[in-house]
Amino acid sequence: MAKVLLDPITRIEGHLSIEVDVQNGKVVNAWSKGDMFRGYEKILKGRNPVDANQITQRICGVCPVSHGIASSKCLDAAFKIKPNNNGRLLRNLVLGANFLQSHILHFYQLAALDYVDITAILNYTGSDSRLNAVKEWAKDELKTKKGRPDEITAVGPFLPRYEGADFYIKDADLNIAAIAHYLKALEIRMKAHKMVTVFGGRAPHLIGLVPGGVTQVPTREKIREYKKYLKEVEAFVNEIYINDVIAVAKAYTEYFKLGRYTNFLSYGLFDADNEEKKFMMERGVFADGALSKLDTSLIKEQVRYARYRSGSDLHPLKGQTDADPGKGGAYTWLKAPRYNGLGMEVGPLARVVVSYQSGNPAVKKEVDALLKVLNADISAVFSVLGRHASRAIEAKLICGQVKEWLNDLEVGGAPRSTYEIPEKGEGEGLVEAPRGALGHWIVVEGKKIANYQCVVPTTWYCGPRDDRDVLGPVEQALMGTPISDPKNPIEAARVVRSFDPCIACAVHVMEGDREIGSFRVS
Amino acid sequence: MTLDRREFLKLMGGTAAVFTFSGVLLQGCKKAIREAAERTPVIWLQAQSCSGCSVSILNSLDPDIATVITEYISLNYHQTLSGGTGAAAIRVLEEAVKKQRKDYVLVVEGSIPTKSDEYCTIGEMDGRAVSAREWVEELGKNAKAILSFGTCAAYGGIPAAKQRDTGDNPTGAKAVSDILPNAAIINVPGCPPHPDWMVGTVLYYLLKGMPELDEYNRPKLFYGKTVHDQCEHLSDYKRGRFAKHWGEEGCLYLLGCLGMDSGCDIPKRKWLGGVNSCTGCGSGCIGCTEAAFPDYGKRGLYKHLMAGADEIKNIENRYVREAVLKLKDGGVING
Repeated sequence: MAKVLLDPITRIEGHLSIEVDVQNGKVVNAWSKGDMFRGYEKILKGRNPVDANQITQRICGVCPVSHGIASSKCLDAAFKIKPNNNGRLLRNLVLGANFLQSHILHFYQLAALDYVDITAILNYTGSDSRLNAVKEWAKDELKTKKGRPDEITAVGPFLPRYEGADFYIKDADLNIAAIAHYLKALEIRMKAHKMVTVFGGRAPHLIGLVPGGVTQVPTREKIREYKKYLKEVEAFVNEIYINDVIAVAKAYTEYFKLGRYTNFLSYGLFDADNEEKKFMMERGVFADGALSKLDTSLIKEQVRYARYRSGSDLHPLKGQTDADPGKGGAYTWLKAPRYNGLGMEVGPLARVVVSYQSGNPAVKKEVDALLKVLNADISAVFSVLGRHASRAIEAKLICGQVKEWLNDLEVGGAPRSTYEIPEKGEGEGLVEAPRGALGHWIVVEGKKIANYQCVVPTTWYCGPRDDRDVLGPVEQALMGTPISDPKNPIEAARVVRSFDPCIACAVHVMEGDREIGSFRVS
Repeated sequence: MTLDRREFLKLMGGTAAVFTFSGVLLQGCKKAIREAAERTPVIWLQAQSCSGCSVSILNSLDPDIATVITEYISLNYHQTLSGGTGAAAIRVLEEAVKKQRKDYVLVVEGSIPTKSDEYCTIGEMDGRAVSAREWVEELGKNAKAILSFGTCAAYGGIPAAKQRDTGDNPTGAKAVSDILPNAAIINVPGCPPHPDWMVGTVLYYLLKGMPELDEYNRPKLFYGKTVHDQCEHLSDYKRGRFAKHWGEEGCLYLLGCLGMDSGCDIPKRKWLGGVNSCTGCGSGCIGCTEAAFPDYGKRGLYKHLMAGADEIKNIENRYVREAVLKLKDGGVING
């Protein structure tokens, strides 16, 4: 049996490593390890509640918008206000734009290099000036660095990489198209960030989110500008992104069977009313083959294998989380969250499965159409490729939806409702990040933050074994993955990256040493 | 390089109408870099970061990020972009240390935890996990220049913020300059920094060497004037027109804007190629380019709304003085 370590998992957000045992060419055991820790909640205590809106966005630079909105929503609740219509719509518009930015970044800049052969550019014979410039650069790098101490860095950061005879796409045209789209995607994701900035003031971290809504008044000019960038992003999503996902799926059909996991949780994507009763994609839980309503009181976090010395199997708001760097047997800074005792996958696949099972007609239409093109049945979605396809489907649906929200805006109207910070209050804010369900909770006392807690997406799936030794979702998804060469375990990397982990989010929790309140989601 | 220093500064600092690098500068760079016949190697380490600085630099417009990577620098290692995984990626860092390379610029993003090395580890070398602190020390030793990108690497930032109850910090997070006290370090703060500040500092260093720095070791090019002095709402301030609620017209001082305390050019340069700015969208500045961010003593992001009576008496602008005195909460803003 070979022990194989993937440290660091690059092309994700943050510091994650994966260890697998390989026997007879297959993964027989797996450990997912979060390798970084900061301690945000401890830092937030005693500050002005509105500071949380900015500080929590710095938990993550890829999904700051989701943290900012989760924070705004828990402040709304603690201040006993609701966003006005413009406020909700503008939050949706910046969140939607950031989903587009994040999903495009994930497929092209983070995941694609596990499939696409970047060295195909060396044999490019076409006339595209951009591609020829990249070709000349790569050739020059290989030539000038040969035999030097920095030889290994030639064509960096794209090389070195895992090498194997069958790892990468062989079709030259497909590789060249993918490289061209990698470059185009850099430009398009930046355009999506322009959409974020129109109503959010700046990106990646927004300045414009406040309790009750946002600060930017939606003028005609701003709406026009958002539409202009949207048009380019939408064309890319519908004409290029979805087709590239299909092309990768057709070249790697075995990944419809790999990375399997089947329990899902979603807080519901995009508020469709001001009461959090309706969503663009439904809120709910799909576990053991059955759909159920979400009840956040069923969430417990277990810490037997996490580097904390505190009690286990407690609701996140009641749990203690004293950091214990040297703890015996522990291997990660991530806790193991469980819903009704089960590990949950969250993120695009979870949202698609929950809304498909809830009978969402738009989602059903897109999923069924894509499965037909791929000649696959519904069981194929619980897989590496199912995750990539779910992201592309979401991107397409979001492009259509944001146009309606733009039309619903009251032009020139107040972008928020007003608030006064109360002496005391409690609040819960639930939102979806590109990578899954995100919750913030606050207790206000004496107009200051008395306690603040976040329960974040990646902890759900990259968490370790629970107290009963049941593996976390990513660890389970890795089981049975064939590893053709233990020195170049690209297959395991593909499984892990399909989840789009964000480790900065997952490991900021620290020493929530008292109860923060009790909340239920209905 | 055909541009003289004055011309160069003019372009970088944006006395030109548009605050991006102009074609003239690009031509200058291309020529200089072609003459140098070598792209400067850059090793980019992430420690206690949120990757926000990396995401921000992807928004570089002119030159765009693909041009930066393929024409101006040789990006040896970047955790979010590296093609390799695990050992295939970390070999680049390992060889840089073991072969004692001295040819690279080290960029650090994120603060460095010092209470325990386990708070941030990156890969293994010789069968042992290596901490962010060790990588910064080892790679910092031989780097020909060190750039701290973002407020976390420059000053500690949010991960180094003090707990209000104990005055302590959870992980002992430190700035790069605390880990490498004897090194000459250029700070490019911001949470995150504007892509032009990062790309501009790198290009300036490649073409001209060390830029002129202020007392916080920031290039004066970008951080030399306050937000307030360049603000879209400066005339409102002078006339005493203040917004009382988010989204209203007027100077944002009474909503907590820290523009007077912060050196940066966002009101002129703006984000994403002119789309919007912190003050322009009606939010105000949170002072993210400053060493005091986000604590500002014990006052936080709305610090001057928590000013004591003596301090308020000394506020020069009569309108502001009167308005702050009227704030009945003495420190908690409502919107």
